[in-house]
Amino acid sequence: MTCTEPLFAPHPSQPTPTAIELRGVTKEFDTPGGGRYQALRDLNLTVAAGEFCAVVGPTGSGKSTTLSLVSGLEAPTAGEVMVRGRPVTGIGPEIGFVFQTDAVFPWKSVLDNVMAGPRFRGKPKAQAQADARDWLRRVGLSGFEDRYPHQLSGGMRKRVALAQSLINEPGILLMDEPFSALDVQTRAIMATELLLLWDLTRPAVVFVTHDLEEAIALADKVVVLTAGPATVKAVFPVDLPRPRVVQEVRFEAAFVELYHQIWEALRDEVMVAYARTTTAGTAPK
Amino acid sequence: MSETDLLTPPTGTPAATGTAAPSPQPATPPRSARDRGRRHKLTVNAGRLAVLVVVLGGWELSTRLKLVDPFFYGQPSKVLTQIHTWISHGTSQGSLWQQINVTLEEAALGFVIGVVSGVFIGVALGRIRYLAEVLGPYIKIMNSIPRIVLGSIFIVAFGLGLTSKVLLAVVLVFFGVFFNAFQGVREVDRNLIANARILGASKWRVTKEVVLPSAFTWILASLHVSFGFALIGAIVGEFLGAQHGLGLLIRTAQGTFNANGVLAAMVIIAIVALVAEGLLTVLERRLLRWRPSQLSGPDL
Repeated sequence: MTCTEPLFAPHPSQPTPTAIELRGVTKEFDTPGGGRYQALRDLNLTVAAGEFCAVVGPTGSGKSTTLSLVSGLEAPTAGEVMVRGRPVTGIGPEIGFVFQTDAVFPWKSVLDNVMAGPRFRGKPKAQAQADARDWLRRVGLSGFEDRYPHQLSGGMRKRVALAQSLINEPGILLMDEPFSALDVQTRAIMATELLLLWDLTRPAVVFVTHDLEEAIALADKVVVLTAGPATVKAVFPVDLPRPRVVQEVRFEAAFVELYHQIWEALRDEVMVAYARTTTAGTAPK
Repeated sequence: MSETDLLTPPTGTPAATGTAAPSPQPATPPRSARDRGRRHKLTVNAGRLAVLVVVLGGWELSTRLKLVDPFFYGQPSKVLTQIHTWISHGTSQGSLWQQINVTLEEAALGFVIGVVSGVFIGVALGRIRYLAEVLGPYIKIMNSIPRIVLGSIFIVAFGLGLTSKVLLAVVLVFFGVFFNAFQGVREVDRNLIANARILGASKWRVTKEVVLPSAFTWILASLHVSFGFALIGAIVGEFLGAQHGLGLLIRTAQGTFNANGVLAAMVIIAIVALVAEGLLTVLERRLLRWRPSQLSGPDL
Protein backbone atom coordinates (compact mmCIF):
# COMPACT_ATOMS: atom_id res chain seq x y z
CA MET A 1 0.00 0.00 0.00
CA THR A 2 3.06 2.16 0.27
CA CYS A 3 3.31 4.74 -2.44
CA THR A 4 5.71 7.53 -3.27
CA GLU A 5 9.02 7.29 -1.48
CA PRO A 6 10.39 10.41 0.12
CA LEU A 7 12.31 12.22 -2.58
CA PHE A 8 15.60 12.14 -0.74
CA ALA A 9 15.30 8.63 0.66
CA PRO A 10 18.77 7.12 0.44
CA HIS A 11 17.78 3.71 -0.88
CA PRO A 12 14.43 3.94 -2.60
CA SER A 13 14.59 0.28 -3.42
CA GLN A 14 14.49 -0.79 0.25
CA PRO A 15 11.06 -1.39 1.75
CA THR A 16 10.04 1.61 3.80
CA PRO A 17 9.43 0.77 7.46
CA THR A 18 5.85 0.91 8.60
CA ALA A 19 5.02 3.87 10.81
CA ILE A 20 1.41 3.09 11.64
CA GLU A 21 -0.53 -0.09 11.35
CA LEU A 22 -4.14 -0.70 12.34
CA ARG A 23 -5.20 -4.33 12.20
CA GLY A 24 -8.85 -5.28 12.44
CA VAL A 25 -9.59 -2.36 14.70
CA THR A 26 -13.05 -1.92 16.16
CA LYS A 27 -14.01 0.88 18.47
CA GLU A 28 -17.26 1.16 20.37
CA PHE A 29 -18.53 3.89 22.65
CA ASP A 30 -21.21 3.81 25.31
CA THR A 31 -24.08 6.03 24.36
CA PRO A 32 -25.89 8.11 26.98
CA GLY A 33 -28.95 5.92 26.43
CA GLY A 34 -27.02 2.88 27.66
CA GLY A 35 -26.42 1.35 24.24
CA ARG A 36 -23.22 0.86 22.30
CA TYR A 37 -22.23 2.91 19.34
CA GLN A 38 -19.81 1.41 16.90
CA ALA A 39 -17.54 4.03 15.37
CA LEU A 40 -15.02 1.75 13.66
CA ARG A 41 -15.49 -1.82 12.47
CA ASP A 42 -12.66 -4.07 11.44
CA LEU A 43 -10.53 -1.27 10.09
CA ASN A 44 -7.19 -2.01 8.46
CA LEU A 45 -4.77 0.75 7.58
CA THR A 46 -1.03 1.02 7.03
CA VAL A 47 1.01 4.17 6.76
CA ALA A 48 4.68 3.99 5.86
CA ALA A 49 7.34 6.14 7.48
CA GLY A 50 7.45 9.53 5.83
CA GLU A 51 4.22 8.90 3.99
CA PHE A 52 1.48 11.50 3.77
CA CYS A 53 -1.84 9.74 4.09
CA ALA A 54 -5.14 11.55 3.80
CA VAL A 55 -8.31 10.01 5.22
CA VAL A 56 -11.61 11.11 3.76
CA GLY A 57 -15.08 10.00 4.64
CA PRO A 58 -18.53 11.35 5.30
CA THR A 59 -19.32 13.26 8.46
CA GLY A 60 -19.42 11.14 11.57
CA SER A 61 -17.60 8.26 9.97
CA GLY A 62 -15.08 7.81 12.74
CA LYS A 63 -12.21 9.64 11.11
CA SER A 64 -11.30 11.44 14.32
CA THR A 65 -11.67 8.23 16.30
CA THR A 66 -8.99 6.67 14.12
CA LEU A 67 -6.63 9.45 15.07
CA SER A 68 -7.31 9.22 18.78
CA LEU A 69 -6.54 5.50 18.62
CA VAL A 70 -3.22 6.09 16.89
CA SER A 71 -2.32 8.86 19.32
CA GLY A 72 -3.03 6.65 22.31
CA LEU A 73 -5.66 9.01 23.70
CA GLU A 74 -8.07 6.10 23.42
CA ALA A 75 -7.73 2.35 23.23
CA PRO A 76 -9.46 0.15 20.63
CA THR A 77 -12.27 -2.18 21.66
CA ALA A 78 -10.82 -4.91 19.47
CA GLY A 79 -7.92 -5.23 17.10
CA GLU A 80 -4.39 -3.93 17.20
CA VAL A 81 -2.91 -0.46 16.81
CA MET A 82 0.81 -0.48 16.16
CA VAL A 83 3.09 2.50 15.94
CA ARG A 84 6.56 1.77 14.58
CA GLY A 85 6.01 -1.91 15.12
CA ARG A 86 5.00 -1.62 18.78
CA PRO A 87 1.47 -1.78 20.11
CA VAL A 88 0.13 1.54 21.38
CA THR A 89 -0.39 1.51 25.15
CA GLY A 90 -0.49 5.21 25.90
CA ILE A 91 0.46 8.53 24.46
CA GLY A 92 3.74 7.98 22.67
CA PRO A 93 6.53 10.55 22.50
CA GLU A 94 6.78 10.28 18.72
CA ILE A 95 3.25 11.59 18.16
CA GLY A 96 2.29 15.09 17.08
CA PHE A 97 -1.35 16.13 16.90
CA VAL A 98 -2.93 19.16 15.26
CA PHE A 99 -6.50 19.60 16.38
CA GLN A 100 -9.52 20.79 14.46
CA THR A 101 -10.34 23.53 16.94
CA ASP A 102 -7.83 25.86 18.48
CA ALA A 103 -5.83 23.94 21.02
CA VAL A 104 -3.07 26.45 21.60
CA PHE A 105 -3.00 27.66 25.20
CA PRO A 106 -4.71 31.04 25.24
CA TRP A 107 -2.93 32.18 28.40
CA LYS A 108 0.52 31.55 26.99
CA SER A 109 2.28 33.88 24.59
CA VAL A 110 3.10 32.56 21.11
CA LEU A 111 6.66 31.79 22.15
CA ASP A 112 5.61 30.02 25.34
CA ASN A 113 3.08 28.01 23.36
CA VAL A 114 5.67 26.76 20.92
CA MET A 115 8.22 25.95 23.61
CA ALA A 116 5.64 24.11 25.71
CA GLY A 117 6.43 20.73 24.17
CA PRO A 118 10.20 20.80 24.76
CA ARG A 119 9.60 22.18 28.26
CA PHE A 120 7.13 19.40 29.06
CA ARG A 121 9.76 16.97 27.87
CA GLY A 122 12.36 18.41 30.16
CA LYS A 123 14.52 20.47 27.80
CA PRO A 124 16.31 23.38 29.46
CA LYS A 125 14.55 26.69 29.07
CA ALA A 126 17.19 28.46 26.98
CA GLN A 127 17.40 25.58 24.54
CA ALA A 128 13.61 25.33 24.26
CA GLN A 129 13.39 29.06 23.65
CA ALA A 130 15.99 28.97 20.90
CA ASP A 131 14.23 26.05 19.21
CA ALA A 132 10.88 27.79 19.49
CA ARG A 133 12.22 30.95 17.87
CA ASP A 134 13.63 28.80 15.10
CA TRP A 135 10.28 27.13 14.47
CA LEU A 136 8.41 30.40 14.64
CA ARG A 137 10.69 31.69 11.91
CA ARG A 138 9.95 28.61 9.84
CA VAL A 139 6.20 29.09 10.09
CA GLY A 140 6.61 32.78 9.34
CA LEU A 141 5.74 34.17 12.74
CA SER A 142 8.99 35.89 13.69
CA GLY A 143 8.14 39.09 15.50
CA PHE A 144 4.96 37.69 17.01
CA GLU A 145 6.62 35.90 19.94
CA ASP A 146 5.03 38.05 22.62
CA ARG A 147 1.49 38.08 21.24
CA TYR A 148 -1.30 36.13 22.84
CA PRO A 149 -3.29 33.75 20.61
CA HIS A 150 -6.42 35.91 20.70
CA GLN A 151 -4.41 38.69 19.07
CA LEU A 152 -3.71 36.53 16.01
CA SER A 153 -5.82 35.59 13.01
CA GLY A 154 -7.12 32.05 12.59
CA GLY A 155 -4.42 31.20 10.06
CA MET A 156 -1.68 32.50 12.35
CA ARG A 157 -3.02 30.48 15.27
CA LYS A 158 -2.90 27.40 13.07
CA ARG A 159 0.74 28.11 12.30
CA VAL A 160 1.43 28.39 16.01
CA ALA A 161 -0.25 25.01 16.45
CA LEU A 162 1.88 23.56 13.65
CA ALA A 163 5.10 24.89 15.14
CA GLN A 164 3.99 23.65 18.55
CA SER A 165 3.61 20.12 17.21
CA LEU A 166 6.58 20.04 14.85
CA ILE A 167 9.10 21.35 17.39
CA ASN A 168 8.93 17.95 19.08
CA GLU A 169 10.00 16.47 15.73
CA PRO A 170 7.31 13.80 15.81
CA GLY A 171 7.81 10.73 13.68
CA ILE A 172 4.05 10.67 13.26
CA LEU A 173 1.92 13.71 12.71
CA LEU A 174 -1.83 13.36 13.13
CA MET A 175 -4.02 16.12 11.80
CA ASP A 176 -7.75 16.29 12.45
CA GLU A 177 -9.33 18.57 9.86
CA PRO A 178 -6.77 21.16 10.88
CA PHE A 179 -7.77 23.81 8.36
CA SER A 180 -11.54 23.39 8.38
CA ALA A 181 -12.11 26.53 10.41
CA LEU A 182 -10.19 28.72 7.96
CA ASP A 183 -11.52 30.56 4.95
CA VAL A 184 -10.95 28.98 1.54
CA GLN A 185 -7.99 31.11 0.45
CA THR A 186 -6.16 30.82 3.75
CA ARG A 187 -6.75 27.09 3.66
CA ALA A 188 -4.98 26.63 0.35
CA ILE A 189 -2.05 28.77 1.49
CA MET A 190 -1.78 26.88 4.77
CA ALA A 191 -1.88 23.56 2.92
CA THR A 192 1.05 24.58 0.72
CA GLU A 193 2.97 25.74 3.77
CA LEU A 194 2.20 22.47 5.50
CA LEU A 195 3.84 20.59 2.63
CA LEU A 196 6.97 22.72 2.91
CA LEU A 197 7.12 22.16 6.66
CA TRP A 198 6.44 18.46 6.26
CA ASP A 199 9.43 18.26 3.94
CA LEU A 200 11.73 19.51 6.72
CA THR A 201 11.29 16.53 9.03
CA ARG A 202 9.23 14.15 6.90
CA PRO A 203 7.01 12.62 9.55
CA ALA A 204 4.38 10.08 8.58
CA VAL A 205 1.15 12.07 8.37
CA VAL A 206 -2.43 11.02 8.81
CA PHE A 207 -4.48 13.92 7.62
CA VAL A 208 -8.21 13.66 8.26
CA THR A 209 -10.40 15.86 6.12
CA HIS A 210 -13.79 15.93 4.48
CA ASP A 211 -12.40 17.97 1.61
CA LEU A 212 -11.41 15.63 -1.19
CA GLU A 213 -9.57 18.32 -3.13
CA GLU A 214 -7.40 19.09 -0.11
CA ALA A 215 -6.77 15.40 0.43
CA ILE A 216 -5.54 14.75 -3.11
CA ALA A 217 -3.46 17.92 -3.27
CA LEU A 218 -1.57 17.01 -0.10
CA ALA A 219 -1.32 13.27 0.13
CA ASP A 220 0.67 10.33 -1.15
CA LYS A 221 -2.41 8.20 -0.75
CA VAL A 222 -6.05 8.84 -0.04
CA VAL A 223 -8.02 6.43 2.11
CA VAL A 224 -11.80 6.46 1.72
CA LEU A 225 -13.80 5.37 4.74
CA THR A 226 -17.35 4.09 4.65
CA ALA A 227 -20.23 5.76 6.44
CA GLY A 228 -20.13 4.77 10.13
CA PRO A 229 -19.27 2.26 11.47
CA ALA A 230 -16.23 3.07 9.43
CA THR A 231 -14.01 0.65 7.62
CA VAL A 232 -11.68 1.23 4.70
CA LYS A 233 -13.58 1.29 1.45
CA ALA A 234 -10.72 1.96 -0.93
CA VAL A 235 -7.16 3.27 -1.04
CA PHE A 236 -5.95 5.48 -3.88
CA PRO A 237 -2.27 6.21 -4.44
CA VAL A 238 -1.65 9.78 -5.54
CA ASP A 239 1.40 9.99 -7.74
CA LEU A 240 1.34 13.66 -8.56
CA PRO A 241 4.90 15.01 -8.59
CA ARG A 242 6.23 16.94 -5.61
CA PRO A 243 6.83 19.68 -4.67
CA ARG A 244 3.21 20.63 -5.18
CA VAL A 245 1.53 23.99 -4.94
CA VAL A 246 -1.89 23.26 -3.54
CA GLN A 247 -3.52 26.24 -5.21
CA GLU A 248 -2.43 25.07 -8.65
CA VAL A 249 -2.13 21.30 -8.62
CA ARG A 250 -5.88 20.97 -8.84
CA PHE A 251 -5.88 22.14 -12.47
CA GLU A 252 -3.69 19.28 -13.65
CA ALA A 253 -5.31 16.56 -15.73
CA ALA A 254 -4.03 13.78 -13.48
CA PHE A 255 -5.54 15.51 -10.47
CA VAL A 256 -8.93 15.81 -12.11
CA GLU A 257 -8.83 12.17 -13.15
CA LEU A 258 -8.02 11.08 -9.59
CA TYR A 259 -10.72 13.30 -8.20
CA HIS A 260 -13.28 11.57 -10.40
CA GLN A 261 -12.13 8.12 -9.35
CA ILE A 262 -12.11 8.84 -5.63
CA TRP A 263 -15.33 10.78 -5.70
CA GLU A 264 -16.94 7.78 -7.33
CA ALA A 265 -16.02 5.75 -4.23
CA LEU A 266 -16.85 8.48 -1.76
CA ARG A 267 -20.18 9.53 -3.20
CA ASP A 268 -22.21 6.52 -2.10
CA GLU A 269 -20.91 6.82 1.45
CA VAL A 270 -21.70 10.50 1.58
CA MET A 271 -25.22 9.79 0.38
CA VAL A 272 -25.70 7.09 3.01
CA ALA A 273 -24.49 9.39 5.77
CA TYR A 274 -26.62 12.22 4.49
CA ALA A 275 -29.74 10.07 4.33
CA ARG A 276 -29.22 9.16 7.99
CA THR A 277 -29.09 12.75 9.10
CA THR A 278 -32.22 13.69 7.22
CA THR A 279 -34.47 10.76 8.06
CA ALA A 280 -34.84 11.11 11.79
CA GLY A 281 -35.12 7.99 13.90
CA THR A 282 -33.92 5.58 11.25
CA ALA A 283 -30.26 5.80 12.26
CA PRO A 284 -28.83 2.38 13.04
CA LYS A 285 -28.34 1.61 16.68
CA MET B 1 15.63 25.22 4.35
CA SER B 2 15.85 28.47 2.46
CA GLU B 3 12.56 27.92 0.71
CA THR B 4 10.70 28.03 3.99
CA ASP B 5 12.09 31.46 4.64
CA LEU B 6 9.87 32.58 1.84
CA LEU B 7 7.01 31.99 4.22
CA THR B 8 8.29 34.65 6.52
CA PRO B 9 6.27 37.77 6.02
CA PRO B 10 7.92 41.11 6.68
CA THR B 11 7.71 40.88 10.42
CA GLY B 12 5.38 42.95 12.43
CA THR B 13 3.73 44.72 9.55
CA PRO B 14 0.37 46.05 10.53
CA ALA B 15 -1.03 44.49 7.38
CA ALA B 16 -0.26 41.05 8.72
CA THR B 17 -2.00 41.64 11.98
CA GLY B 18 -4.68 43.95 10.78
CA THR B 19 -7.33 41.31 10.38
CA ALA B 20 -6.88 39.83 13.80
CA ALA B 21 -5.85 42.44 16.27
CA PRO B 22 -7.52 45.78 16.33
CA SER B 23 -4.09 47.38 16.48
CA PRO B 24 -4.05 50.06 19.13
CA GLN B 25 -3.76 52.88 16.65
CA PRO B 26 -4.03 56.20 18.37
CA ALA B 27 -6.68 57.05 15.85
CA THR B 28 -8.03 60.40 16.89
CA PRO B 29 -11.75 60.32 16.38
CA PRO B 30 -13.28 63.35 14.78
CA ARG B 31 -13.69 66.28 17.07
CA SER B 32 -17.44 66.01 17.32
CA ALA B 33 -17.24 62.35 18.40
CA ARG B 34 -14.75 63.18 21.13
CA ASP B 35 -16.89 66.01 22.34
CA ARG B 36 -19.86 63.75 22.38
CA GLY B 37 -17.91 61.25 24.46
CA ARG B 38 -16.92 63.90 26.94
CA ARG B 39 -20.43 65.24 27.19
CA HIS B 40 -21.77 61.75 27.77
CA LYS B 41 -19.35 61.25 30.65
CA LEU B 42 -20.37 64.55 32.11
CA THR B 43 -24.08 63.75 32.03
CA VAL B 44 -23.47 60.36 33.62
CA ASN B 45 -21.48 61.90 36.44
CA ALA B 46 -24.06 64.62 36.92
CA GLY B 47 -26.76 61.97 37.13
CA ARG B 48 -24.80 60.04 39.74
CA LEU B 49 -24.33 63.16 41.82
CA ALA B 50 -28.03 63.92 41.55
CA VAL B 51 -28.95 60.46 42.86
CA LEU B 52 -26.61 60.94 45.83
CA VAL B 53 -27.99 64.37 46.63
CA VAL B 54 -31.60 63.26 46.35
CA VAL B 55 -31.15 60.18 48.56
CA LEU B 56 -28.92 61.65 51.26
CA GLY B 57 -30.55 65.07 51.10
CA GLY B 58 -34.02 63.58 51.26
CA TRP B 59 -33.01 61.47 54.24
CA GLU B 60 -31.42 64.42 56.05
CA LEU B 61 -34.36 66.65 55.27
CA SER B 62 -37.02 64.20 56.35
CA THR B 63 -35.27 63.59 59.66
CA ARG B 64 -34.87 67.33 60.27
CA LEU B 65 -38.55 67.89 59.46
CA LYS B 66 -39.33 65.04 61.88
CA LEU B 67 -41.07 63.08 59.12
CA VAL B 68 -38.78 60.20 60.12
CA ASP B 69 -37.50 59.62 63.63
CA PRO B 70 -33.71 60.10 63.62
CA PHE B 71 -33.51 58.04 66.82
CA PHE B 72 -34.35 54.91 64.84
CA TYR B 73 -33.08 55.75 61.40
CA GLY B 74 -30.10 57.97 62.03
CA GLN B 75 -29.21 61.07 60.14
CA PRO B 76 -26.47 61.49 57.48
CA SER B 77 -24.94 64.54 59.12
CA LYS B 78 -24.83 62.82 62.51
CA VAL B 79 -23.26 59.75 60.94
CA LEU B 80 -20.50 61.97 59.58
CA THR B 81 -20.06 63.58 63.01
CA GLN B 82 -19.85 60.12 64.54
CA ILE B 83 -17.11 59.06 62.14
CA HIS B 84 -15.29 62.30 62.81
CA THR B 85 -15.51 61.76 66.56
CA TRP B 86 -14.17 58.22 66.19
CA ILE B 87 -11.27 59.45 64.11
CA SER B 88 -10.33 62.34 66.40
CA HIS B 89 -11.19 60.95 69.85
CA GLY B 90 -11.16 57.21 69.29
CA THR B 91 -13.94 54.77 70.11
CA SER B 92 -14.90 53.30 73.44
CA GLN B 93 -12.71 50.26 72.64
CA GLY B 94 -9.63 52.16 71.53
CA SER B 95 -8.68 54.03 68.35
CA LEU B 96 -10.72 53.56 65.19
CA TRP B 97 -7.64 52.43 63.27
CA GLN B 98 -7.12 49.64 65.72
CA GLN B 99 -10.67 48.41 65.15
CA ILE B 100 -10.28 48.54 61.38
CA ASN B 101 -6.94 46.79 61.67
CA VAL B 102 -8.30 43.97 63.78
CA THR B 103 -11.25 43.36 61.47
CA LEU B 104 -9.09 43.58 58.37
CA GLU B 105 -6.57 41.16 59.79
CA GLU B 106 -9.27 38.61 60.58
CA ALA B 107 -10.94 39.05 57.21
CA ALA B 108 -7.69 38.93 55.24
CA LEU B 109 -6.43 35.84 57.05
CA GLY B 110 -9.77 34.10 56.61
CA PHE B 111 -9.86 35.12 52.97
CA VAL B 112 -6.38 33.82 52.17
CA ILE B 113 -6.84 30.53 54.02
CA GLY B 114 -10.31 30.04 52.57
CA VAL B 115 -9.21 30.79 49.02
CA VAL B 116 -6.10 28.63 49.15
CA SER B 117 -7.90 25.66 50.66
CA GLY B 118 -10.90 26.17 48.35
CA VAL B 119 -8.74 26.23 45.23
CA PHE B 120 -6.62 23.34 46.41
CA ILE B 121 -9.48 21.05 47.31
CA GLY B 122 -11.59 22.21 44.37
CA VAL B 123 -8.83 21.41 41.89
CA ALA B 124 -8.03 18.12 43.62
CA LEU B 125 -11.64 16.97 43.47
CA GLY B 126 -12.02 18.25 39.94
CA ARG B 127 -9.00 16.29 38.77
CA ILE B 128 -9.42 13.12 40.82
CA ARG B 129 -12.76 11.59 40.07
CA TYR B 130 -12.67 9.10 42.93
CA LEU B 131 -12.22 11.85 45.51
CA ALA B 132 -15.09 13.80 44.02
CA GLU B 133 -17.40 10.81 44.15
CA VAL B 134 -16.52 10.01 47.77
CA LEU B 135 -16.55 13.53 49.17
CA GLY B 136 -19.19 15.08 46.91
CA PRO B 137 -22.24 14.42 49.08
CA TYR B 138 -20.53 15.61 52.26
CA ILE B 139 -19.54 18.85 50.68
CA LYS B 140 -23.09 19.36 49.50
CA ILE B 141 -24.38 18.73 53.02
CA MET B 142 -21.87 21.10 54.55
CA ASN B 143 -22.78 23.72 52.00
CA SER B 144 -26.45 23.53 52.89
CA ILE B 145 -25.78 24.15 56.58
CA PRO B 146 -26.32 27.80 57.52
CA ARG B 147 -22.64 28.20 58.28
CA ILE B 148 -22.93 31.50 60.04
CA VAL B 149 -24.30 29.58 63.02
CA LEU B 150 -20.93 27.87 63.33
CA GLY B 151 -19.69 31.24 64.59
CA SER B 152 -21.27 30.54 67.98
CA ILE B 153 -19.44 27.23 68.23
CA PHE B 154 -16.15 28.81 67.23
CA ILE B 155 -16.50 31.52 69.88
CA VAL B 156 -17.22 28.91 72.53
CA ALA B 157 -14.39 26.66 71.39
CA PHE B 158 -11.71 29.20 70.53
CA GLY B 159 -12.59 32.20 72.68
CA LEU B 160 -12.89 35.87 71.93
CA GLY B 161 -9.60 36.20 70.09
CA LEU B 162 -8.55 36.12 66.46
CA THR B 163 -8.95 32.39 65.78
CA SER B 164 -12.73 32.18 66.03
CA LYS B 165 -13.25 35.07 63.57
CA VAL B 166 -10.73 33.74 61.11
CA LEU B 167 -12.37 30.33 61.20
CA LEU B 168 -15.79 31.77 60.55
CA ALA B 169 -14.42 33.79 57.62
CA VAL B 170 -12.68 30.68 56.25
CA VAL B 171 -15.88 28.64 56.43
CA LEU B 172 -17.80 31.33 54.57
CA VAL B 173 -15.13 31.88 51.90
CA PHE B 174 -14.20 28.27 51.30
CA PHE B 175 -17.37 27.00 49.68
CA GLY B 176 -17.77 29.74 47.12
CA VAL B 177 -14.18 29.35 45.98
CA PHE B 178 -14.35 25.58 46.15
CA PHE B 179 -17.40 25.24 43.91
CA ASN B 180 -16.00 27.69 41.40
CA ALA B 181 -12.61 25.98 41.29
CA PHE B 182 -14.27 22.57 40.96
CA GLN B 183 -16.54 23.74 38.18
CA GLY B 184 -13.69 25.59 36.51
CA VAL B 185 -11.61 22.41 36.45
CA ARG B 186 -14.52 20.45 35.03
CA GLU B 187 -15.05 22.98 32.26
CA VAL B 188 -11.50 22.92 30.95
CA ASP B 189 -11.46 22.37 27.21
CA ARG B 190 -10.74 18.66 26.66
CA ASN B 191 -8.77 19.56 23.54
CA LEU B 192 -6.35 21.67 25.54
CA ILE B 193 -5.70 18.81 27.94
CA ALA B 194 -5.28 16.34 25.07
CA ASN B 195 -2.91 18.74 23.35
CA ALA B 196 -0.78 19.18 26.47
CA ARG B 197 -0.62 15.44 27.05
CA ILE B 198 0.45 14.75 23.48
CA LEU B 199 3.06 17.49 23.71
CA GLY B 200 4.49 15.49 26.59
CA ALA B 201 3.03 16.98 29.77
CA SER B 202 2.79 14.80 32.86
CA LYS B 203 -0.45 14.75 34.82
CA TRP B 204 0.95 17.27 37.27
CA ARG B 205 2.12 19.58 34.49
CA VAL B 206 -1.32 19.39 32.90
CA THR B 207 -2.88 20.45 36.21
CA LYS B 208 -0.40 23.23 36.75
CA GLU B 209 -0.13 24.64 33.25
CA VAL B 210 -3.48 23.88 31.67
CA VAL B 211 -6.13 23.20 34.28
CA LEU B 212 -5.21 25.91 36.78
CA PRO B 213 -4.85 28.79 34.33
CA SER B 214 -8.00 27.70 32.58
CA ALA B 215 -9.97 27.50 35.82
CA PHE B 216 -8.58 30.83 36.92
CA THR B 217 -11.34 32.76 35.21
CA TRP B 218 -13.85 30.93 37.38
CA ILE B 219 -11.79 31.21 40.53
CA LEU B 220 -11.22 34.93 40.12
CA ALA B 221 -14.92 35.51 39.62
CA SER B 222 -15.54 33.93 43.01
CA LEU B 223 -12.90 36.08 44.72
CA HIS B 224 -14.96 39.23 44.36
CA VAL B 225 -17.81 37.76 46.34
CA SER B 226 -15.44 35.97 48.67
CA PHE B 227 -13.78 38.99 50.18
CA GLY B 228 -17.23 40.27 51.04
CA PHE B 229 -17.93 36.94 52.76
CA ALA B 230 -14.64 37.15 54.66
CA LEU B 231 -15.58 40.58 55.96
CA ILE B 232 -19.02 39.31 56.96
CA GLY B 233 -17.41 36.38 58.75
CA ALA B 234 -15.06 38.64 60.70
CA ILE B 235 -17.76 41.13 61.61
CA VAL B 236 -20.37 38.58 62.62
CA GLY B 237 -17.68 36.82 64.65
CA GLU B 238 -16.91 40.05 66.45
CA PHE B 239 -20.59 40.65 66.88
CA LEU B 240 -20.95 37.32 68.63
CA GLY B 241 -18.07 37.95 71.01
CA ALA B 242 -14.89 39.99 70.80
CA GLN B 243 -12.77 42.59 72.50
CA HIS B 244 -11.96 44.64 69.42
CA GLY B 245 -13.10 45.23 65.88
CA LEU B 246 -15.76 46.90 63.80
CA GLY B 247 -18.31 44.24 64.60
CA LEU B 248 -17.99 44.97 68.29
CA LEU B 249 -18.27 48.65 67.48
CA ILE B 250 -21.62 47.97 65.86
CA ARG B 251 -22.77 45.92 68.81
CA THR B 252 -21.76 48.60 71.25
CA ALA B 253 -23.61 51.21 69.21
CA GLN B 254 -26.65 48.96 69.05
CA GLY B 255 -26.48 48.41 72.80
CA THR B 256 -26.60 52.15 73.40
CA PHE B 257 -29.39 52.71 70.86
CA ASN B 258 -26.97 54.68 68.72
CA ALA B 259 -28.33 54.27 65.16
CA ASN B 260 -25.77 56.74 63.84
CA GLY B 261 -22.99 54.62 65.33
CA VAL B 262 -24.26 51.50 63.55
CA LEU B 263 -24.51 53.37 60.27
CA ALA B 264 -21.11 54.96 60.71
CA ALA B 265 -19.49 51.55 61.23
CA MET B 266 -21.38 50.35 58.16
CA VAL B 267 -19.97 53.20 56.08
CA ILE B 268 -16.45 52.37 57.23
CA ILE B 269 -16.91 48.69 56.37
CA ALA B 270 -18.26 49.64 52.96
CA ILE B 271 -15.18 51.75 52.28
CA VAL B 272 -12.90 48.90 53.32
CA ALA B 273 -14.80 46.49 51.06
CA LEU B 274 -14.64 48.88 48.11
CA VAL B 275 -10.89 49.32 48.47
CA ALA B 276 -10.42 45.54 48.62
CA GLU B 277 -12.63 45.12 45.56
CA GLY B 278 -10.51 47.66 43.70
CA LEU B 279 -7.34 45.78 44.58
CA LEU B 280 -8.90 42.51 43.40
CA THR B 281 -9.88 44.08 40.10
CA VAL B 282 -6.30 45.24 39.54
CA LEU B 283 -5.09 41.73 40.34
CA GLU B 284 -7.63 40.22 37.97
CA ARG B 285 -6.55 42.49 35.12
CA ARG B 286 -2.95 41.50 35.62
CA LEU B 287 -3.64 37.79 35.78
CA LEU B 288 -6.07 37.67 32.88
CA ARG B 289 -4.03 39.75 30.48
CA TRP B 290 -4.21 36.92 27.96
CA ARG B 291 -7.97 37.26 27.57
CA PRO B 292 -9.44 39.35 24.78
CA SER B 293 -11.06 42.37 26.28
CA GLN B 294 -14.79 42.11 26.26
CA LEU B 295 -15.34 45.79 26.66
CA SER B 296 -14.76 46.56 23.02
CA GLY B 297 -17.97 44.93 21.82
CA PRO B 298 -21.28 46.67 21.40
CA ASP B 299 -23.55 47.11 24.39
CA LEU B 300 -26.04 44.31 24.43
